[in-house]
Amino acid sequence: MYVSRTSLSRITLTVPANVLALGAVSLITDVSSEMITAVLPFYLVLSLGLTPLAFGLVDGLYFGVTALVRLAAGHAADRWQRRKLVAGLGYGLSAVCRLGLLAAGGSAALIGAVVAADRTGKGIRTAPRDALISLSAEPGRLGQAFGVHRAMDTVGAMLGPLAAFAVLHLTGAYDTVFVVSFAIAALGVLVLVLYVRDHRDTVPGPPSIRPALALLRERRWRRLCLLACGLGLVTLSDPFVYLLMQKQGGIEAAYLPLLPLATAAVYLALAVPLGRLADRAGRTPVFVAGHLTLVLVYALLAGAGPYWPVPVLLGVFYAATDGVLMAAAGPLLPAELRTSGLALLQTGQAVARMVSSVLYGAAWSFTGHVPGLVAMGAGVLVSLALWRKATR
Amino acid sequence: MRKGLLTLAATLLLAGGATGYAVWSGGPGAAVSEPRDGSRTDLSEPGRLLVRDTATGLVRGTRTRCERFYAAAGTGVCLTVTPGAVPGTHALILDRTMREIDRIEITGIPNRARVSPSGRMISWTVFVTGDSYNENGFSTWTGIHDTRTGNTTVNMEEIPLIKDGRRYHSADVNYWGVTFASDDNRFYATVSTKGRTYLVEGDYAAWEARVLRENAECPSLSPDGAVLVYKKRMPAGAWRLHALDLTTRRETPLAETADVDDQAAWLDPRTVMYAKDGDIWAVPADGTGAPRLLMKDASSPAMT
Repeated sequence: MYVSRTSLSRITLTVPANVLALGAVSLITDVSSEMITAVLPFYLVLSLGLTPLAFGLVDGLYFGVTALVRLAAGHAADRWQRRKLVAGLGYGLSAVCRLGLLAAGGSAALIGAVVAADRTGKGIRTAPRDALISLSAEPGRLGQAFGVHRAMDTVGAMLGPLAAFAVLHLTGAYDTVFVVSFAIAALGVLVLVLYVRDHRDTVPGPPSIRPALALLRERRWRRLCLLACGLGLVTLSDPFVYLLMQKQGGIEAAYLPLLPLATAAVYLALAVPLGRLADRAGRTPVFVAGHLTLVLVYALLAGAGPYWPVPVLLGVFYAATDGVLMAAAGPLLPAELRTSGLALLQTGQAVARMVSSVLYGAAWSFTGHVPGLVAMGAGVLVSLALWRKATR
Repeated sequence: MRKGLLTLAATLLLAGGATGYAVWSGGPGAAVSEPRDGSRTDLSEPGRLLVRDTATGLVRGTRTRCERFYAAAGTGVCLTVTPGAVPGTHALILDRTMREIDRIEITGIPNRARVSPSGRMISWTVFVTGDSYNENGFSTWTGIHDTRTGNTTVNMEEIPLIKDGRRYHSADVNYWGVTFASDDNRFYATVSTKGRTYLVEGDYAAWEARVLRENAECPSLSPDGAVLVYKKRMPAGAWRLHALDLTTRRETPLAETADVDDQAAWLDPRTVMYAKDGDIWAVPADGTGAPRLLMKDASSPAMT
C-alpha cells in the first residue's frame, strides 16, 4: 500500500494535472465506446437479424469523410484557438451517438450512419486532444505525458467490454447497454468541461489553411510526416496479425478475442516506462526499436512461429511508437498551429494504414501470406534507413 | 471543491437515470409466458409450422430457447449463445420431442441453422469477430454435422473449390447458408471471396464444391429439389429474393420487393417463408402473387 501510494504521488508530481484530466476523459470515454464495440455485433445479428458483412463494404466511404472532418476540425481548433471546445464537440457527438443507436431501431442504414457519426466524433477530438497534451507538458517530458495518457486510455478500452457484458447479463437488454454507455460518455464530457484547461495562443491572422500547409516547408516536420506515412504503408493492421496467427498458427477461434486483450495489457504496462525512456534516451532510438519489434512480428508470422510472442511484441510496438511519435511531433510545431499539424500527421498515417490493409489483402489473396510480409518488413527497414540518412 | 460536488452529483444523476431506464424498460415486458403444460411438440409430425418467438426467444409452444432454430423429419437444431468477450456458442441437436441429444461447441454469433429434409444433416453459420481483414468486418464460419456418423466440420472453408473449371485458392473464402438435398449428400451454399459472392454446389461425400453462378446468397432448396430460392444483391444494395430453376437455369425475381436478409424456408412445395421487419412473411416461389403476413413477432420458421 505504502509503495503504491508513493509511486502514484510521484506520477502526479511530474505529470501535469491537465494531462491527467485528459487521460481521465479518454478513460471514461473509452469505457463507453468499447461497450458499444463489444455488444454491437451481438445486437446486429441476434437482436436485429442483420448480416453485418454489409457494414464492412461501406467502411471505405466513411473513412474518406472522416479524414476530411479530422483536417477541418484541426484547422478550426487553431483558427479560433478553441482546442477544448472542438475536442468537446467530438466527445459530445460520440456521446449523442449512443442514444442514436436507440433511435435507429432496426434500420441497417441508420445504424451505419450512427456508427459513422461516432467515428467522425473520434476524428474530431483526437488532434485537439493530443495538441492540448503536448501544450500541457514540458517538451522534455512529453514522452511520459503521452505514455500516461495512452495507458489511461487503454485501461478504459479494457474495462468497456467487461462493463458491457456485465450490464447485458444483468438486464438482458441491449438498449440498456446503450443507455449506460451514454451516461458514461456524458460523464466524460462533464469531466472535460470541468477539469481540462484550454490552451490559447494569439489567433494566427485571417482564416486560411496556408500556414498549416506551409509547415510542410519546414524540413524536419516534412520528414517526420513522410516517415509516419511511409511506415503507415508498411504497418500490418491488427486484424491481419490475428488472422495470420489463427490461420498459420492454428489458434482456436474461441481465443481470438483474447489476443487484442494481451496486446492491450502489454501496451498498458509499457506505455509510461517507454515514454519516460524516450524522454531520457531520445525519442528516435525508442521509435526505431519499436519498429524493429514490428519487423520481428513479421518474421515470426512469415517464418511459422513461434506465435505466442506476437501479441506481446505488438503491444511493445504500440507502446514504443504511438505516444512517442506525438511527443516527437509536438515540439516541431508552433503552438498556434499544433492542432492542424497533428491532424495532418494523424490523417496521413490513417490513410496510409488503410491503403496498407487493402494492399496486403490483395497480396495475401494472390501470392499467399509470406511475400507481403517480407515486402512490408523490408519497407519498414528502408523507411527508417532513409529517414536516418536524411536527418543525419 | 465545487467541481468535485458537481461531478459527484452528475455521476449520481447519470447512474440513477441509467438504472431507472433499465428497471423501467425491463419491467413489465420481461415476464415470459411459459407454454401450457402438457403441450407436446412432435418434430416428426408433418405439416407443423414452428417459429421462434422474437420477444421471448422460445420456440413457440415449447420451453426451448434459441437464437436460431430449424427442424425437419423429427430432428431439430437450436443455436444458443452467451454473449461475452469469448461468446459461448452451442449447436444443440434435438430429438422429435425437443429433447437435447447432442451438443456441439462452436464459436461465434449464430446466424443460420438448417436440417436436411431427412433430418440427418445439420448445418449452421456463425459470425466470428476479430477474424477479419477489416477492423469492423466479420467473417463467417459454417459447420456441418452428420447425425448418423457423428462427424462434425466446424469450419468448411478448407473444402476444395472449383471455379471456372479450375481449383480455386484464396485465403479470404467465407461460406454461409447451407441447404442440403434429400440425398443428404448434395448441398448448396454461398461462398464469398474478393468482395464477390457465388452460389456453390457441394458434394459432401467427395468433399468438393464448385461455383454455379455469381451473386446468390443463403440458398434454400425446394422439397422436390428442383428450385433454389436465394437472396440476390441488387445494384442499390438491397437483397431481393429470387428463384432459380435448377433444370432450365432460369432465374425469376419473387413478388417480395422489400429488402430481405434471411435464408428462406419452404412453407409448402410452392411457397417460401422468411423473416422481414421482425415478422414472418410468405410469398409464392414462382414470381407470382404477393407477400402475405404469416406470423407476427417471430423468426426462424420451419415446416416439419
